[in-house]
Amino acid sequence: MNDTQQGAATAREATPMVSISRLNKWYGDFHVLRDIDLTVARGERIVICGPSGSGKSTLIRCINHLEAHQQGEIVVNGIPMTNDVKRIEQIRRNVGMVFQHFNLFPHLTVLENCCLSPIWVQKKPRREAEKSAMEYLERVRIANQAHKYPGQLSGGQQQRVAIARALCMHPEVMLFDEPTSALDPEMIKEVLDVMIELAHEGMTMLCVTHEMGFARTVADRVIFMDEGQIVESAAPETFFNEPRSSRTQEFLGQILGH
Amino acid sequence: MSAIARDTDESLIASRPPPTPQGGVMYWLRTRLFSGPVNSVVSIVTLLLIVRLVWPVIDWALIQADWVGSSRADCTSEGACWVFISTRWSQIVYGFYPLAERWRVDIVLGLFFALIAWLVIPRLPGKKSVALMGLVGLPIIAWVLLLGGMFGLPHVPTRAWGGLMLTLTIAAVGIVGSLPLGVVLALGRRSKMPLVRAVCVIFIEFWRGVPLITVLFMSSVMLPLFVPANVEFDKLLRALIGIMLFWSAYMAEVVRSGLQAIDKGQGEAGAALGLGYWLRMRLIILPQALKLVIPGIVNTFIALFKDTSLVLIIGLFDVLSIIQAGLTDSDWLGFAIEGYVFAALVFWVFCFGMSRYSQSLERRLHTGH
Repeated sequence: MNDTQQGAATAREATPMVSISRLNKWYGDFHVLRDIDLTVARGERIVICGPSGSGKSTLIRCINHLEAHQQGEIVVNGIPMTNDVKRIEQIRRNVGMVFQHFNLFPHLTVLENCCLSPIWVQKKPRREAEKSAMEYLERVRIANQAHKYPGQLSGGQQQRVAIARALCMHPEVMLFDEPTSALDPEMIKEVLDVMIELAHEGMTMLCVTHEMGFARTVADRVIFMDEGQIVESAAPETFFNEPRSSRTQEFLGQILGH
Repeated sequence: MSAIARDTDESLIASRPPPTPQGGVMYWLRTRLFSGPVNSVVSIVTLLLIVRLVWPVIDWALIQADWVGSSRADCTSEGACWVFISTRWSQIVYGFYPLAERWRVDIVLGLFFALIAWLVIPRLPGKKSVALMGLVGLPIIAWVLLLGGMFGLPHVPTRAWGGLMLTLTIAAVGIVGSLPLGVVLALGRRSKMPLVRAVCVIFIEFWRGVPLITVLFMSSVMLPLFVPANVEFDKLLRALIGIMLFWSAYMAEVVRSGLQAIDKGQGEAGAALGLGYWLRMRLIILPQALKLVIPGIVNTFIALFKDTSLVLIIGLFDVLSIIQAGLTDSDWLGFAIEGYVFAALVFWVFCFGMSRYSQSLERRLHTGH
């Protein structure tokens, strides 16, 4: 490798995966996101928690423009977000997302769900897309269900398919929007296990969740949001053992107390 | 605490087969119709009433009816005179289409029914490509063959068209044209762009607000006033466009009801996968929405099919009006019942067919959610 190449590679490594500055968003008069500043490094795993209505879902939905923001800047993988449709779609190709309610396409089989984007967006040949999709389905341990429809699977299986579907686009960063809160308790672990594996492979992750065990195990940083602001941001050790803000202490007391 | 522990039985109850249902015709009759003295009397009275009402119809239409012959003199019995229909059969199918050219209609009708059979019979492969070929190919073939005036085929003006071939032409063009137009209008009405939305709302509300008869009158009487005199604008074509636009407004609302039923998360998941608006609609939203509103779509198709007979008010002779015209023939006065019953039967066969097809389609597209 010569110097210029090495320089370029280092520069790429140095650019943050996601950088958000002075982000503001309103729903009508309601100020949901207030002066958010957040930089996510490559390979960093961030867990976002906070009471409901604190804007945590809205924040990660802004990163792939499922929600439009009114003020501030978002740069994803070096691409600044604008309102231009082509630009938005370019960013979305780099960003995988997993939803609370899975949002699998019920009229397509598991395999077709996974191949949709590779075939139509990345223009891969069907055979190649299916081969790669089967590899991802194998990784989330659901390859034997590939030809079933989502309606025939359990919640935990559906969510694992949803993760595989997002991975099939080879995203640079994964967004998880409360991926386990719609699941029955006995299915939460199978989904978290897949997410933990993903974290160990070095995927950049932003995860809205109340699974504090997951946060302790894999997060590099835990962020606490309340009333549209980032109240506290710290490594899990510090976050759980010596939270600075009283609102964080109160929140942790509520969810860990019982 | 200890009480609960004592009550807990660690052994699980083994699974048992369900009780065998009692079957058979006799069992069904005994439990459903003759389960007691009062019910038995009611059942018998009802059965007698049904026989009393239905039997005369069967007697008239089938048993006492005259089937063969060439004039009303052959109708000697008490029952229906189907000779009226059989002597006029060719007019009912072809209208006033020239005798020597009727093979052209036969080919088009043959292709039309073959296409439908291919789509309806589940075992036959390649439904998608056959449907696509039919949608693109058949109209062109039908256009060339029926109208003529090219490839050495003599021109047959549309005023000579009539009967079943005209009914099917209008219905097919109306159905094939109104569905895609309705889908576009439904998407437009949900668009985020104010101008697109406004245009679609105005279009839908205008066409939905006027009666079809008015549309047909306007297409045949008013439109020529706005078109330069030297431009020949075929009457059938005008009626077809009117019918298509009219029904597309209804279709748009049916499709929109399906679009509204699709969870927002579906579109968001598509967007998150990098799919653009049209791909999201085509691959994710519309397949689900259209499947959901198959009953509504087919309902509209059936209404459209039956309303094709309204073209009689602008002087086009569909299957109903050509039978009606036959009734005024002085040789055949007094056979109105046979004529109308037959016309009703023709419409019923096609409409019932569509209804059955929609049900089997729904079953086939069901994916267990």
